[in-house]
Amino acid sequence: MAHSYTPGLKVLKKTLFRKERILPLKGKVLVKKGDNLSPETIVASTSLPGNVQMLKVNNILNIEPQDVKNCLLVKEGDSVKKGDKIAETPGLFGMFKSAVDSPVDGTVESISDTTGRVVLREAPMPVEVDAYVSGEVGEVIENEGIVVNSKASFIQGIFGIAGEKQGNLELVCKDPSEELTADKITAEMSGKILVGGSFLSLEAYKKAMSCNVAGIVVGGFNYYDLKEVLGYNLGVAITGTEKLTTALIVTEGYGSIPMSKATFELLQSHNGKNASINGATQIRAGVIRPEIVVPIESSDVDDSSSNVQEGIQEGSLVRVIRSPNFGKIGTVTSLPAELHKMESETMVRVAEINIDGKDHLIPRANLEMVELQ
Amino acid sequence: MSKKIKSILATDCGSTTTKAILIEWKNDRYRLTFRGEAPTTVEAPFEDVTKGVLNAVMEVEELSGRTILDGDKIITPDNGSKGVDIYVSTSSAGGGLQMMVAGVVKSMSGESAERAALGAGSIVMDVLASNDGRLPHEKITRIRQLRPDMILLSGGTDGGTTTHVMELAEILAAANPRPRLGQNYKLPVIYAGNNKAHDGIQETLGEISDLDIVDNIRPVLEQENLEPSRDKIHDLFMEHVMAQAPGYKKLMSWTDAPIMPTPGAVGSLIEMIAKKENISVVGVDIGGATTDIFSVFEEKFNRTVSANLGMSYSICNVLAESGLDNVLRWVPFDINRSDLTNRIGNKMIRPTTVPQSLEELVVEQAIAREALRLSFIQHKAFATSLKGVQSERTISDAFEQSASGQSIVNMMDLDLLVGSGGVLSHAPRREQSARMLIDAFMPEGITQLAVDSIFMMPQLGVLANIDSQELKDDASQAALEVFDNDCLIRLGTCVAPVGKVKPNAEMAKATLTFKDGSTKEIVINEGSLEMIEFPYEPVTIDIQPSRGIDVGAGKGESLSSTIYGGVVGLIFDGRNRPINLPKESSDRINNLLSWSDAVNEYPKGDLF
Repeated sequence: MAHSYTPGLKVLKKTLFRKERILPLKGKVLVKKGDNLSPETIVASTSLPGNVQMLKVNNILNIEPQDVKNCLLVKEGDSVKKGDKIAETPGLFGMFKSAVDSPVDGTVESISDTTGRVVLREAPMPVEVDAYVSGEVGEVIENEGIVVNSKASFIQGIFGIAGEKQGNLELVCKDPSEELTADKITAEMSGKILVGGSFLSLEAYKKAMSCNVAGIVVGGFNYYDLKEVLGYNLGVAITGTEKLTTALIVTEGYGSIPMSKATFELLQSHNGKNASINGATQIRAGVIRPEIVVPIESSDVDDSSSNVQEGIQEGSLVRVIRSPNFGKIGTVTSLPAELHKMESETMVRVAEINIDGKDHLIPRANLEMVELQ
Repeated sequence: MSKKIKSILATDCGSTTTKAILIEWKNDRYRLTFRGEAPTTVEAPFEDVTKGVLNAVMEVEELSGRTILDGDKIITPDNGSKGVDIYVSTSSAGGGLQMMVAGVVKSMSGESAERAALGAGSIVMDVLASNDGRLPHEKITRIRQLRPDMILLSGGTDGGTTTHVMELAEILAAANPRPRLGQNYKLPVIYAGNNKAHDGIQETLGEISDLDIVDNIRPVLEQENLEPSRDKIHDLFMEHVMAQAPGYKKLMSWTDAPIMPTPGAVGSLIEMIAKKENISVVGVDIGGATTDIFSVFEEKFNRTVSANLGMSYSICNVLAESGLDNVLRWVPFDINRSDLTNRIGNKMIRPTTVPQSLEELVVEQAIAREALRLSFIQHKAFATSLKGVQSERTISDAFEQSASGQSIVNMMDLDLLVGSGGVLSHAPRREQSARMLIDAFMPEGITQLAVDSIFMMPQLGVLANIDSQELKDDASQAALEVFDNDCLIRLGTCVAPVGKVKPNAEMAKATLTFKDGSTKEIVINEGSLEMIEFPYEPVTIDIQPSRGIDVGAGKGESLSSTIYGGVVGLIFDGRNRPINLPKESSDRINNLLSWSDAVNEYPKGDLF
């Protein structure tokens, strides 16, 4: 049977979800292999080198750089407190002295003869990494972090904003094609992750933020509304660091598009359960998609890494991801080998798709597998 | 004629695709004979770049029927039926070479350092300078966040004051930056500044970094000396960055010349062509995420990378930077604005889709025009004469406003404009590529247009750079011959008179004299666009511009030249510069439709 590789987003009912939790610098791992973890468990910690303050001592004292050393009251490695005097000129007969005080608590890192600068380093900043999802420690990466293993349902979105959040899932729409409107969001939904249908308006998103909703999973959102949320035009899809009360995960794309039935039904089956979500998206080489992880109690799970995507075949259910027919779902009826000329005169490999009883020839690059499991 | 090199295998390991080409000596010249491609295998699950290389080479083997591989080894030399004489490669996989540069004065040593880094083929993540307005702690935070592959530090003229460049070195030392790849090695730092500071730099940075000291990038204010820094960047790219990437140690052992960063190789090829033909060249490669522009004017080479102007990953950034109105001005039909922004957004999040409908293609090509236009604006601002140089002015210069730091990009001097990248190379009609290039770059006077059909400039660039005395001559001959015969698709020539003129008035009269002696007269009127189909053959042109109009010889001065047609032909562009589109929607649409019709740009139907 003809066969074509078409990437799709993962919608997995049961899988062994693995996630690396790594420190930005080497540090200490606080858990051991096999330990049980809740999302809040701190698994590793380290200290980032403190901020640096550079003092132009020669300028402040109005002396030559090479004379700075003679005026210093501290040496490299000394600890200083904010307000401590670190340099002073001898003045005239002990009068009219000029002095430099330390602007911060820290240590003297270096003193330069050439530039007359004294470098003070503030105290190290502690950094901690939590487990993000409940599960167990699958692997310890010495001095760097761990790999969390969690039996879970796992869903990928197409695009998201804001980073990691946790909360209980709450289904707000009855149907994947229903819009998540502002009137459906209430103050009682604070800390929850809402599941909508086809579309979230800017008004509804603002309401969710004002109600301290932890996250929203929805089919579509308007691209031009992002500017209002983020404060800038999103030029490149690299997100995750936005400081937003409510994370947003869009499962289908920009515009009003019904959430895929598989995604909706899986989320529906977990209504009320605790989930971890991450809106971080990076659409570049080494693509990162936003994710929804719902830990489950189950002994039989598939290993997600062995879940090989076989690509589209005759009979596969696919979604069209570019105009015309954008967002429509159909069944592959054939995969002709030869190139076809499209209306745009582009020569491409196509698939024949039956959408609502009518056959269409659509470039394979414009198709996406709907379900993998 | 006997040749030392009879066959050449060259690969380019891109971030998504590895492309292999086979060049052979046939009928007394070098020709591209076969090409193959395969997905790049730098990332999991393969994590070994050589697998992708072998797959691409295997495709070449299958197509050519020639045995090149023995297991996972490339057979050298060529024994007539098996193997190749040399193998070379370029690479931009794994994000390419990412650098940070620092200079004392942003517009002087900072800019020279940036030019050296870009010329070597790197992406410049940031330019630190003593006068960039950031406080020391802000600079330190920035250096820590970025984690570059290497840093180029410059500043000061030889023998001058060392204070400022030492301050920068102290900032670097305080940041103690870590390299992007490989946790356990020191970050390479190249120092190319004031030679009086060598000892101080060694003392400050010697411990914490892998420091290399090269000749000053600006030994005196009036002179830029980029070569030593560029060469050192290439060496370190091989030794450090590439050696950290999966599989590269093996790949390096296979090649007969050092692996070059892809844009570095393209740049050196363009530089070589410009030198050999004594012409001014602009080359552009528009990709999904970035747009690279290379130029040679006044024998000076410049390269810029517009990091976030591209046709898929960065398509929304094109929209954000140019504005929706600037994109829509190229679209000859009305379209719902919010629907359009959602469509463009969807292209960004699903970057591999292709335009199926004509409407989608037209919109995509409108965005390409803006991406190219914006990238070229950035390029023109960067490709300048040296800033900070004092020039002697006489009384005759009194009324001239020129100062140091002016752009050296002069469109009237441009001889050849080469485009590459999906949207230009794979446009369904070559006329579309020609229109995109003309509308975005707005060439003036006489300019030849071409596209690189399969983007083999990287492979030819590394070939042109082979150092070995024994192979050098053959390798650069191969690079030039393949460039001329197989790499470029000649689109034709654009003739564009420029100057103040009333709407629809005559701008110039051109007489074409063909090989058989026949002639044709063309009148170029303001606002018009006209095309004559003519193949890649020489034709003599005599142009008499109207008063105040310039076609390359000066205002009102006539010009005779030999021009070439191509797969599109000869285009006479009377739209003046810049191309101003009418504000009134119906007039604008009428103009666009008539220009499209003149060059047979789109298929006739409901839209055209």
